[in-house]
Amino acid sequence: MSIQIIPTATAAENALAEAFREAKANLPGTASVAEQRAQAFEAFARAGLPNRRIEAWHYTDLRNLMRRALPLAPLPSQAQIAKLAAEAAELPSPRLVLVDGVFAPDLSGPLPAGVKVTSLAAALAEGEPALIEGLAAAWAEADDAMVSLNAALMQDGLVIDVAPGTVLEAPLHIVYATVASEPAARFSRSLVRVGAGATFRLNEMSLGQGGRTGQTNNVLIFDIGDNANVAHSLSLTGTEPNSLRLETFLVKVGARAKFDSFALITGAGLVRRQIYKLFNGADAKASLRGVSLLRGREHADTTLFVRHSAPGCEGRQNFRYILDDEATGVFQGKIVVDRIAQKTDGRMLAKALVLSDEATMNSRPELEIFADDVACGHGATIGGLSEDQLFYLQSRGLPAHEAEALLLEAFAAELVDEIGDEDLIAAYRADVAAWLAGRADA
Amino acid sequence: MLEVKNLSVSIGDREILKDLNLTVADGEVAAIMGPNGSGKSTLSYVIAGKRDYEVTSGEVLLDGENVLDLSADERAAKGLFLAFQYPVEIPGVTTMTFLKATLNAIRRQRGEPELSIPDFMKRVNAAAAKLDIKSDLLKRAVNVGFSGGEKKRMDIFQMAFLEPRFAILDETDSGLDIDALRIVADGVNALRTKTRSFLVITHYQRLLEYIVPDKVHVMAGGRIVRSGSKELALELEKNGYRDYVEAEVA
Amino acid sequence: MAAVQETIDRVKSIDVSEYKYGFFSEIESEKAPKGLNEDIVRFISAKKNEPEWLTEWRLEAYRRWQTMQEPRWARVAYAPIAYQDLYYYAAPKTAAGPKSLDEVDPELLKVYEKLGIPLNERAILAGVEGAGEASSRVAVDAVFDSVSVITTFKEELAKAGVIFCAISEAVRTHPELVRKYLGSVVPPTDNFFATLNSAVFSDGSFVYVPPGVRCPMELSTYFRINEKNTGQFERTLIIADKGAYVSYLEGCTAPKRDENQLHAAVVELIALDDAEIKYSTVQNWYPGDAEGKGGVYNFVTKRGDCRGANSKISWTQVETGSAITWKYPSCILRGDNSRGEFYSIAISNGHQQVDSGTKMIHLGKNTTSRVISKGIAAGASQNTYRGQISSHRKATGARNFTNCDSLLIGNDCGAHTVPYIEAHNHSTQFEHEATTSKISEDQLFYCMQRGLNAEEATALIVNGFVRDVLQQLPMEFAVEAQKLIAVSLEGSVG
Repeated sequence: MSIQIIPTATAAENALAEAFREAKANLPGTASVAEQRAQAFEAFARAGLPNRRIEAWHYTDLRNLMRRALPLAPLPSQAQIAKLAAEAAELPSPRLVLVDGVFAPDLSGPLPAGVKVTSLAAALAEGEPALIEGLAAAWAEADDAMVSLNAALMQDGLVIDVAPGTVLEAPLHIVYATVASEPAARFSRSLVRVGAGATFRLNEMSLGQGGRTGQTNNVLIFDIGDNANVAHSLSLTGTEPNSLRLETFLVKVGARAKFDSFALITGAGLVRRQIYKLFNGADAKASLRGVSLLRGREHADTTLFVRHSAPGCEGRQNFRYILDDEATGVFQGKIVVDRIAQKTDGRMLAKALVLSDEATMNSRPELEIFADDVACGHGATIGGLSEDQLFYLQSRGLPAHEAEALLLEAFAAELVDEIGDEDLIAAYRADVAAWLAGRADA
Repeated sequence: MLEVKNLSVSIGDREILKDLNLTVADGEVAAIMGPNGSGKSTLSYVIAGKRDYEVTSGEVLLDGENVLDLSADERAAKGLFLAFQYPVEIPGVTTMTFLKATLNAIRRQRGEPELSIPDFMKRVNAAAAKLDIKSDLLKRAVNVGFSGGEKKRMDIFQMAFLEPRFAILDETDSGLDIDALRIVADGVNALRTKTRSFLVITHYQRLLEYIVPDKVHVMAGGRIVRSGSKELALELEKNGYRDYVEAEVA
Repeated sequence: MAAVQETIDRVKSIDVSEYKYGFFSEIESEKAPKGLNEDIVRFISAKKNEPEWLTEWRLEAYRRWQTMQEPRWARVAYAPIAYQDLYYYAAPKTAAGPKSLDEVDPELLKVYEKLGIPLNERAILAGVEGAGEASSRVAVDAVFDSVSVITTFKEELAKAGVIFCAISEAVRTHPELVRKYLGSVVPPTDNFFATLNSAVFSDGSFVYVPPGVRCPMELSTYFRINEKNTGQFERTLIIADKGAYVSYLEGCTAPKRDENQLHAAVVELIALDDAEIKYSTVQNWYPGDAEGKGGVYNFVTKRGDCRGANSKISWTQVETGSAITWKYPSCILRGDNSRGEFYSIAISNGHQQVDSGTKMIHLGKNTTSRVISKGIAAGASQNTYRGQISSHRKATGARNFTNCDSLLIGNDCGAHTVPYIEAHNHSTQFEHEATTSKISEDQLFYCMQRGLNAEEATALIVNGFVRDVLQQLPMEFAVEAQKLIAVSLEGSVG
């Protein structure tokens, strides 16, 4: 006799099971994709929603925080998409627009040479094995219930191929738009394959309330070829108080490649970014940066898993938080250096400014090192604004609130300014300024 | 006597020293001058036994014995001393502790008994007096928190303390102000004897006004390209290294 | 200086994985039957003539323990412990309540002599008078397997009002103090190993320093596991009353055995207003052999409660022994302006696994803490720093500085850093930094150019690396610890 302990499923877990049962027949993909979806859902159901006993979710107890699961967003109609045309035309180009998680080619601009895009739904329907495998891209660390849930329910997304040697100066924008009238859940998964030696920049942004409402679970997979030079930026601004946004980011960096990624989070119902970065080719350089500006009862969690599986790579992780009111910031970063990864140079720094006695910052920078010839380090600071700096500025004539705003802006802007694209820097700086203005108004 | 014979040295696939020949007689002060990148520091590291270099041919003889197969500490026990261009910081280890550990290690290798505490202190104080080193400096960790100039002076102080047979001074003048330069030079000059030899590596002639060499060698492109008396240094000061660099490029 | 020399000599003279304290002494002992049940718990309690409340306290802990599971979150791997295969009580037959040194079994005294632990007060005093330095006297409580065999300098300490005795004795002689404070920092339900300890704790030291008293000498306990298959579950309770000061050290060794030995201790410290406790450990339990066979499983709960305002608790540890170390000496900073410190050197070699660190829980206002951890991993060992720094909503002005540095020697070991940093108010200032690296080639070359061989150079650099922490130890222990470090790194330089 065997006794199986079945924990009581929460209302949200039950709703997700129900949603999968209802939707699975209509989700895109071949029979084998359907089989994979079933397995993925099985894996999710076994684990349940992540809770604080799962180390990687220690500070974001989703089981407790996610009270209900919203229904899947219906497929947008052609008429709904057409309504967005005027607004979309104002967006920067080249761009790829996802409406409620579904690729809308009509709203997207012409693509530059060397870039090929298909919708995930089309790719799944075709079921080409290499691509299906690339989409799965679940190396060991990405064994996560919410990634499994995404694999089960992914509705659409993008497959972007950048041909080897392609050099693109202007960024390609992925734009999230929404048309659903009721709060809904969206699951998208995208794959970006950058060929050897290519230079490519991708920027993710929102249109209107796109990605700012409801429950979003996005997975973005980057497969970066040798010697490629890739930059990425993500804006998660103005997210609604009751929204939930999960962004999983899987990056595989090839030999001698360069990768740079920045994310700005302002306004977050509940945001969780989890980044899996794998160095699997020698002598690559990759930098991850992020700024989270939070107020009210917002909760933003950035969790990194950086694995060095090849020698001579340089990893930089630099994250900053400003926390006001009753906001909660979470930073977890784990650098793992495999035995083969000699001469690894890995750094991680998390700084938080806590502006209120009701705000919370939880920081957990971890090192796990199995190679001896390395130089790795991490730092974490939590504190208020420097009284010395404030006094200095005030003595030069700035009123206290202006002095404070100036220091806060500088704190955030230092990382924004490293984006490396003037237009994007201006746009992200404007978002930072808007957040600070909101603070002044309150 | 130190003899460097047909020495060729590479790092990876880059050849840095090319069939280099050099002799420094007992009691001689030889200066090596040369432009940046000519291989001067490599020569000093290879003589002292740093591991990163591959000796592809040649030998380094100290009193007729090839030292290239010896480890750095074994060479030190034979009396070889290198004053580093960039003396290394060793946090948590006081200079006093360091001196005692090094002297006793060398004496042990030579089969000599360890020095008693009073004899050790006498020796420390004598060397410190020569280099004008205050005793509180000796209680601080080796080179930690020292300025570039202080580090150089401490390295020469270690040399005075260890009384080596053959000393190499690698760009000891860089980072020193004029007062410190004079103190360091006086310290070196005080150590000059009929049997002790020095190899002074420098980019500028200035140091050689204070430590007057017996011979001057010009190094360029991994070779000794010219040798002469101390007047050669003055000529270099006037004309620079251009001729040698151009000759190398050609 | 002399110590460095000795360090170097020691490195040269000792064979790889030589454990100096690995001898076993033939001393007749009395044991409880193997295994654990309520009767064994009662047996232990009866052996110690305990009052009923304590017997009940133990039984409750035992019942609770049966419902608990061994923690699995630490980065240590080991075969399941057969708890029913252990002896929970072993005592030298002759040890029952000696009153003076003359009554202690000479065989036992020989053991301590061999370990370098002086128990003869007269001899110590003679030596000390010769040296003319009264402050270097150390009072020792010697714990052999499950019992305390002697406590030295008791009378002199009593004159100052300091109570220093075996905890089993304190239960009888100072029941009100024991009852008030036992379990008040580490409750019997705290964690699997602490709960087990609460059920079966054998002996350990009890210290009470009355208000305003500065303890006139260092106090120390020396723990020795001798018997085979015997768990050691000591319990130490130290109370510094208002304005009191005490410095306490513990040392520990065990014979070499192929079987693993379980050690699950609990240490509770309580510092009232303006009091200070300094607690130092030199842990040198048998680490197992070169293949990873044998060694002590060291699962220890140590916690200090800065209960009063302006109180201070400082932990210093040098961890070189044990096959497995699971240990997080912590401070609860309850009193306003209280201060907690944790200084640690953890060295692992061979197949040792260390998962150690601290917790600094800031509850009072303007509390400060400082954490300096130096981990050195060599051989095939795994060395983890795990720490938690947290500030409560009301702990305004909380400050912490943490520095964790790890050195790796060789390519088969691992060094890991897992800090949890949690701030719940805006006037908190937490600063954490950590680095992992190997000994720099430049440093090695520099030392070797000056005449040191590779092993001497490594020992010197490592001693420098850990110096900040060594300086926190009382002088005589610092020298001992420095030697231990070199010995622990035996054979690690390729």
